[in-house]
Amino acid sequence: MKLLTLNFLTCAVKTCKTQPSSFPLHPRDAELEIIEAELNLPFLRNILPRLMWEDICSVARELGLPALPAIAPIPADLLAAPLDPSTTTGGAEQEPSQTARDLHRVLLETCIQEGKLVCGCCGHEYAVKEGVANFLLPGHLV
Amino acid sequence: MLPTPSTSHICFDRVYEPAEDSYLLLDTLSSSSETAFLRDRFHETSSTPPLVLEVGVGSGVVLAFVAANPGTIFGRHDVLTLGTDINSFACKAAAQTVRHAIKEREDDRSVFLDVVNGDLASAIRPNSIDVFVFNPPYVPAELPDLSCHDRHNTIPHGKKATSFEQDSYLLELSYAGGEDGMVVTNRMLEQIPEILSGEGGVAYVLLCAQNKPEVVKQRIRDWGGGWMAETVGSSGKKAGWEKLVVVRIWKSAG
Ligand SMILES: C[S@@+](CC[C@H](N)C(=O)[O-])C[C@H]1O[C@@H](n2cnc3c(N)ncnc32)[C@H](O)[C@@H]1O
Ligand SMILES: [Zn+2]
Repeated sequence: MKLLTLNFLTCAVKTCKTQPSSFPLHPRDAELEIIEAELNLPFLRNILPRLMWEDICSVARELGLPALPAIAPIPADLLAAPLDPSTTTGGAEQEPSQTARDLHRVLLETCIQEGKLVCGCCGHEYAVKEGVANFLLPGHLV
Repeated sequence: MLPTPSTSHICFDRVYEPAEDSYLLLDTLSSSSETAFLRDRFHETSSTPPLVLEVGVGSGVVLAFVAANPGTIFGRHDVLTLGTDINSFACKAAAQTVRHAIKEREDDRSVFLDVVNGDLASAIRPNSIDVFVFNPPYVPAELPDLSCHDRHNTIPHGKKATSFEQDSYLLELSYAGGEDGMVVTNRMLEQIPEILSGEGGVAYVLLCAQNKPEVVKQRIRDWGGGWMAETVGSSGKKAGWEKLVVVRIWKSAG
């Protein structure tokens, strides 16, 4: 399961949803795997406003990943500075910067294969097995 | 005609096999009227990537179709796709279907997130979904006994494969919808206003004739607050009745 997915998930317990502490879910005992994926620069640029930046930073920290910039990058940070500034007007393919590569690696290539996701509100632990998170609660299954 | 994603890697003994309902969703989502509607809502290259959620992905054929044709459907390539299913075997199979369909495409690719194992959209962050798709278990038939779900949802200890009993349970979950075939769909409809994004969120839900689509649509309009519901796709016309319909649910501006 990709870390970007955590940006869109919350605790499945109804009463937790209104509590800020139910987001983000906290990985615990996580086994990570890097699964390479194609870098989509327009996507990275456009997704920035949808990212809960501080929460992503805290998840990365909890997983012991290299620190992300404390302040969310802006679109210009994702483009590599051209080697020869005179070529910028040529309309050539834009190259991703190191920041873009780092972001891509954390959000889309770093996957939780095994472990748990813990709600900071009710403490419920959701298991992740073979990369699939299980959000079924006993209460759903009556 | 856009290609149908391949599902040949899936064992359909415990995962719903693509059928008329699945194909009606593909046709509806790629119809000229729906792509026009979706492009109009989401085409802006400067806006954030739309997040598509399919609940009950089954084989993943519908989500894979969206993930592999974002340019045709949305007019952009930075679409995000996410799925859920109550059946853990479907979750794994569908993720493979989506990844494979995206890889097949050279030019029209989106960004696939994951398929999570869960009940409907219960683990989805409120107001985060732009496009929601659901082909529910809609047949009027008794729901299976969910109290043994956990046991049926994994390969038994020390065994190599699921049992026949497990497989029948999982397939029942894929079609049985309780009274009027609406028990699961009604629970999902309740969650729709919570999960859809405030700006432009839209849902596509498939219904069959026994679900009484006209009654369902009126009930949605009665939510008030500008909620709309219209039939935007149908198949199997018989004596003036459509066997299956796709209803679009959205909020009108203003
Ligand atoms: C009719 S099948 C549709 C499969 C696939 N989307 C398609 O169109 O071919 C319904 C799917 O919903 C899933 N399902 C049933 N109840 C569910 C629930 N409460 N939460 C999530 N998924 C559910 C079933 O496991 C099944 O995969
Ligand atoms: Zn919780």
